[in-house]
Amino acid sequence: MVTLRQLERHAGLNELTQAAAAECVKSIVGVQFRNLATVGGSVYGRFGFSDVLTFFMAVNAQVELYHRGLVSVEEFAQLPDERDILVRVIVPRRPQQVAYLSRRNTRTDFPVLACCIAQSGEGVRCCIGARPGRAVCLTDEKDILSGGVTPETAKAFGDYVSQTVKTGDNLRASGEYRRRIAGVLARRALIQLAER
Amino acid sequence: MRIELNLNGKPLQAEIQPDTLLIDLVRKQGCYSVKRGCETSNCGACTVWMDEQPVLSCGVLAARAAGHRVVTLEGMQGEAEEFAKFLAAQGADQCGFCNPGYVMNAMALFRENADPTEEEIRAYLAGNLCRCSGYESQIRGIQAYLAYKQGKGAAQ
Repeated sequence: MVTLRQLERHAGLNELTQAAAAECVKSIVGVQFRNLATVGGSVYGRFGFSDVLTFFMAVNAQVELYHRGLVSVEEFAQLPDERDILVRVIVPRRPQQVAYLSRRNTRTDFPVLACCIAQSGEGVRCCIGARPGRAVCLTDEKDILSGGVTPETAKAFGDYVSQTVKTGDNLRASGEYRRRIAGVLARRALIQLAER
Repeated sequence: MRIELNLNGKPLQAEIQPDTLLIDLVRKQGCYSVKRGCETSNCGACTVWMDEQPVLSCGVLAARAAGHRVVTLEGMQGEAEEFAKFLAAQGADQCGFCNPGYVMNAMALFRENADPTEEEIRAYLAGNLCRCSGYESQIRGIQAYLAYKQGKGAAQ
């Protein structure tokens, strides 16, 4: 079992993801909680609020399930609940740029919205979590970013995310608020990647 | 079921139920510093160390502690007392309920990072809730303690 704290402190994974692995868990309750909660528990539960699921989906990780075998996290998130066992989570080791941002009402609360963007040879993967439903992955299917990331194209992509992502209401925020925040976080994450 | 663990440096054999929580086991052993605050793994009042890592004892099955080293504030008296004086000097102790968990987690921070920035202190202690204060006095107390420790280190 790997705890969220181990994910947070793992030098190799954080080098590979420019510390997005640490960023995605740092606001989860507290250090003591993250020493107990496990990556497997977060991923297998496919909780709507999961920061961890959003992160692994963006970096295009796979899960190995005892019965079903290898499945991408993106596909796994859409599967119905089945009795299976999560054996491991596999993160592709490839050059990529990753940025993770979340909006929270208070520092250690569940996210109101989470956004993780990973840019690699296969293009941009923009995952939106805490919609409040399970995380989903958007790609640049309209080629908004094909000429590179500028403040203008980042804004255009953010608008596309806002218009495309399905959000809902719950106790923490309305769907309308989340829709707007999704676009803002996507734009900021892209700018963060471009400024590195 | 019967388990063996090490509690505050001493071997302990205990008869537990499969659903016994670590907080109940250690309190039954007289470690009353371990407080039941929220019982939903959110407030940090029940913080103990398991193999030098701070964990929430209300979120750990006692069975999971079998074979491990558990330390509560009762096992840290000298070091904890020295640090607690710095918190008290800043008026950080009000009702005192969060204090043992706060001290245990702060000690874990000092082990991991002997010279934390204010941001690192706040991030590490974000999971320790205090409903009396606004955390400012705790931060001052920690910084004063660290300055004292570093000064002492430099003087030696």
